[in-house]
Amino acid sequence: MNILVCISSVPETTTKIRFTDENKAFDTSEVKWIINPWDELALTRALELKEQYPDQVQEITVATVGGQWTEQVIRKALAIGADKGLRVDTEPKDAWQTASQLLPVVQNGNYDIVMAGIDSSDYNGMAVGNMLAEMAELPSIAAVSYLDLDGDKITVKREVAGGKETMEAKNPFVAIVQKGIAIEPKIAGMRGVMNARRKPLEVLEPVNAEAMTEFLSFELPEPKGDCIMIEPGNESELFDKLANEANAL
Amino acid sequence: MSILAYTPIRDGQFTKLTYELLSYGRALADQLSTELVALSLGKTEEDQLKTLAEYGADKILHSNDDRFEQLDNRAFSKAISQAAEKNEANIVLMANDFTGKALAPATGVHLKAGVVSGVIGLPESTDPFVVKKKVFTGKAFARIQVKGERKIFTLETNSYEITQTSKEAAIETFEPQLDEGDFTTKIIEEDKQTDKILLTDADIVVSGGRGMKGPEHWQPLEELAEVLGAATACSRPVSDEKWRPEEEHVGQTGKIIAPNLYFALGISGAIQHVAGVSGSKTIVAVNNDPEAPIFEVANYGIVGDLKEVLPNLIEAAKAAK
Ligand SMILES: Cc1cc2nc3c(=O)[nH]c(=O)nc-3n(C[C@H](O)[C@H](O)[C@H](O)COP(=O)(O)OP(=O)(O)OC[C@H]3O[C@@H](n4cnc5c(N)ncnc54)[C@H](O)[C@@H]3O)c2cc1C
Repeated sequence: MNILVCISSVPETTTKIRFTDENKAFDTSEVKWIINPWDELALTRALELKEQYPDQVQEITVATVGGQWTEQVIRKALAIGADKGLRVDTEPKDAWQTASQLLPVVQNGNYDIVMAGIDSSDYNGMAVGNMLAEMAELPSIAAVSYLDLDGDKITVKREVAGGKETMEAKNPFVAIVQKGIAIEPKIAGMRGVMNARRKPLEVLEPVNAEAMTEFLSFELPEPKGDCIMIEPGNESELFDKLANEANAL
Repeated sequence: MSILAYTPIRDGQFTKLTYELLSYGRALADQLSTELVALSLGKTEEDQLKTLAEYGADKILHSNDDRFEQLDNRAFSKAISQAAEKNEANIVLMANDFTGKALAPATGVHLKAGVVSGVIGLPESTDPFVVKKKVFTGKAFARIQVKGERKIFTLETNSYEITQTSKEAAIETFEPQLDEGDFTTKIIEEDKQTDKILLTDADIVVSGGRGMKGPEHWQPLEELAEVLGAATACSRPVSDEKWRPEEEHVGQTGKIIAPNLYFALGISGAIQHVAGVSGSKTIVAVNNDPEAPIFEVANYGIVGDLKEVLPNLIEAAKAAK
């Protein structure tokens, strides 16, 4: 069994968000790039499966769409244990264009499970995984918070309003994963980092695909007023204010 | 031309999210001088279907097909696309919940439409078509132009005011063309609580962090939530340590919520936590550390020990109700 994990590069989660070019572009000048947290959880689970079922899971490939700057996160993914990296050499513009670039990767590969994160913490597009599944005409299960193997059987749980549904998945399929799929992301050790340098990182030519949406400009939220402090013991004053001042009850 | 809103059913009922979506769809249809068509897939009572008109639908499409009992991304997105084609809907609307997040992109592929997830209001202009959404998990907003004839939006939860109308609408049977091969997945077990208020639907959310000190101390938090008719939530370490179920985890890597009122009890206010709750209209923080960063984002704060403050909050909430 081979697993493909689609990963994207996003700013480290504590990054102060700034814009340039008259608020038309995100200022990347001081940004440290990380693997999108949901993709990292997907990768973590894929690696756990390979450790748990070495006879069954052969190879974990990570794929990203992006310029050379995205290679640092691919190297990171290789350092924590992925076997192979693929980079489609074009800047990601929107979900449609990105999924279109990943489509040949899926079609030309031999993957039993394709994993993608449910969201990305930069532009919050929430769409690449599902679009890719539909373009590739593969079955998909979204909001996956559990994935395990039992012989040939793949058991998946997805979150739905008010609970969970357990499903049996038939490979090949696309799992759009979220929190719960894995808890602690893996951390690369020295050896992992060294090994990563020798692992294959293939650069692929992009296909022709237009973006369907375009970011015109950005803005920061209005600064919030001061926090009104209430003394312990005066909790009824709080509810008074919540009802009459904030209209929150 | 028309606008199609997909209105999922939960335990035989439409939810607040659906009515919010229809209210939004109504306003958008008025802005574009067009019709709003609601689509319901799966068994639904007629009384329920009629409520869709009360929130703005001009026409209600309904399929009673048993196979829609279980959500399947392929089958549902194909059915929605067919309904859109048949009604010449250039805009398809869904809620930004688990269902919408799964179906909007898939439907986008079938219809070759521009998809924007988590739109937060009516378009700023319709020619060119420009909408706004949150980016960088709530740390900024973006204006996005959607190109092409067809567009699909999911509406961010709690971002549009629900408005009732006195309309009535015809209910039409809709029969999508699907074969067995379109139903690609199968549920083998369900574990759902139907009586609980959904975190993503809730007007009020009471949330606990590591400052709650352990799972055995959650009873008063739950009591406060019950008095307020609120849903319960928690920070990431709380769910990682299994003090609370992972479904309750809010923040950058958990759920993004935007209730009217959010109580952060014993939560420090790390940037990744705040990213998931900053859309809340009012935030109340209780923390024994006056320097806790949560007070920078809170509207009301109490510096104190939860052991004392939480029981007081329960009493005060009871009195206020
Ligand atoms: C990539 C990434 C993603 C992340 N995603 C998320 C996310 O989605 N959601 C999330 O929540 N976190 C997330 N985190 C973790 C985040 O950085 C914080 O570690 C976490 O939010 C802290 O949780 P906490 O506030 O419950 O605990 P702590 O930071 O330990 O805070 C506990 C607070 O309780 C107060 N306290 C202690 N005792 C009492 C008492 N008796 N009475 C009153 N107050 C008391 C303390 O003063 C303190 O402020 C993420 C981190 C990373 C790196």
